[in-house]
Amino acid sequence: MALYSEKVMDHFTNPRNVGKIEDADGIGEVGNAKCGDIMKMYLKIENDVITDVKFNTFGCGSAIASSSMATELIKGKPLSEALTLTNKAVAEALDGLPAHKLHCSVLAEEAIRAAIKDYYDKNGIAYDKSQFPEHDAEEEHSFTED
Amino acid sequence: MNKKIVYVDNAATTAMSDVAVKAMLPYLQNFYGNPSSLHTIGQIAKEELDKARKKIAELLNCEEREVYFTSGGSESDNQAIRSAALHGAKKGKKHIITTVFEHHAVLHTLKKLQTEGFEVTYLPVDCNGLIKAEDVAKAIRKDTALVTVMFANNEVGTVLPVAEIGEVCRKNGVVFHTDAVQAVGHIPVDVKAQNIDMLSLSAHKFHGPKGVGAIYCRKQIPLYTFVEGGAQERGKRAGTENLAGAAAMAAALEDACLNMRKNAEKERNLRDRLIEGLLKIPHSKLNGDFKNRLPNNVNICFEGIEGESLLLLLDAKGICASSGSACTSGSLDPSHVLLALGLPHEVAHGSLRLSLSEYNTEEDVEIILRETPEIVEYLRSISPVWESLEKGEKPHLI
Ligand SMILES: Cc1ncc(COP(=O)(O)O)c(C=O)c1O
Ligand SMILES: [Zn+2]
Repeated sequence: MALYSEKVMDHFTNPRNVGKIEDADGIGEVGNAKCGDIMKMYLKIENDVITDVKFNTFGCGSAIASSSMATELIKGKPLSEALTLTNKAVAEALDGLPAHKLHCSVLAEEAIRAAIKDYYDKNGIAYDKSQFPEHDAEEEHSFTED
Repeated sequence: MNKKIVYVDNAATTAMSDVAVKAMLPYLQNFYGNPSSLHTIGQIAKEELDKARKKIAELLNCEEREVYFTSGGSESDNQAIRSAALHGAKKGKKHIITTVFEHHAVLHTLKKLQTEGFEVTYLPVDCNGLIKAEDVAKAIRKDTALVTVMFANNEVGTVLPVAEIGEVCRKNGVVFHTDAVQAVGHIPVDVKAQNIDMLSLSAHKFHGPKGVGAIYCRKQIPLYTFVEGGAQERGKRAGTENLAGAAAMAAALEDACLNMRKNAEKERNLRDRLIEGLLKIPHSKLNGDFKNRLPNNVNICFEGIEGESLLLLLDAKGICASSGSACTSGSLDPSHVLLALGLPHEVAHGSLRLSLSEYNTEEDVEIILRETPEIVEYLRSISPVWESLEKGEKPHLI
């Protein structure tokens, strides 16, 4: 299908890191079923490094492929680096997404942040709150487009 | 590509029939004249255009002069509605009645008219996608210029009580337009018996070519011109006629009407097998009325999954279908039709529309019934929504 790049289709039909981690150190769920995409990220963290990551996604091809790509991009990375992952980087790694599908990649970025925040909260680790802005339903779908 | 393709998106568009292709070809190279030209080759074209018009008029049960060729369903809807609105406004009537689940060609035209001072009543449909003629009767006012209600819905396939609605309109002296794009060539359409004043049709929905359609406009109802220029279509639509398209449309419609009973029966059989088979998938639901339904429409929601990913995986198996999910509509909202039936957003996202034609086979049905449950199960296995439904964190809605 020409709607998506080959990379997107590859990550959509053979998603990496799909599944759950029963004893996850951080879990983040973002999006809502009303808007059509929900992502749930599970992180395993050791010494501030993401040692394992899995995801479950309800959503379109772009949402599933973005989840898959995002997990690949943060696996084995320190939390500080994972926190810098942007939806733009995810979309670029997928060789681009159609403009109206970029909002789906925003969810991947947000799901990772939410999972890391969950890890910090659970373990009483102090963090800069500005790194984790609250999202309302509208903002969940704002995206950078250029 | 040597993979078998199962094309079940005939509500989007159809393959041209051999009959239609054959009817079209002579006009592309041999009889290429302009029907407005005086010379022989032009006059042949004129005669052929008249023949196509005559055939369509016969099949709709109207007069030749009541048929106007257009570029398709959207243009027909635009012109018919704007024309009736303009005519009403001249008499101080600026109220229009429609339903919430019309095609966008109708809804967007009406939205535009609202910005131009018209008032529009959007009748709700019931959970099966139907309205009653009484609902229309109740909504009619002294200043109602037009009632426009679709003959059959393109997404959920419901067939509306058009003859009764037409009767109500006729009694009240209100113009009645119907978008019959999904009905013509599929179920009986008779503009006289069904009290229709204006009707839109489109060739590519019944194995004719794309980019050609027609308006039927009863001779007592004025049709206003929106494309100005030459005097084609009795001055109602300028532009050198698409004779090849018109001839192919007429041939396709004739073929569709001749074989309507046979085709409908075949499609209905395949349809019902698909519905029965797909509803075996747990937490699935048929959308649209079962009885008052186009013979070729299947529309089913699967809870816990999203339609676009379902379509992509079906496509990978060679199955071409459609969905009303937000991500396929390019907006954040799922289809206005499914929402109009009262489906919750999260359920509407997981819809699948299969629209058949007489070209589909038992084998197609078998392939769909083999592949779909596996894909639904897979998508559910990676869906956090399905997980919370199964864990009982959220109640199943269907
Ligand atoms: C109910 C209905 N009305 C109008 C149209 C528009 O027809 P066309 O594609 O010929 O402009 C369609 C087809 O998409 C339709 O299904
Ligand atoms: Zn999406």
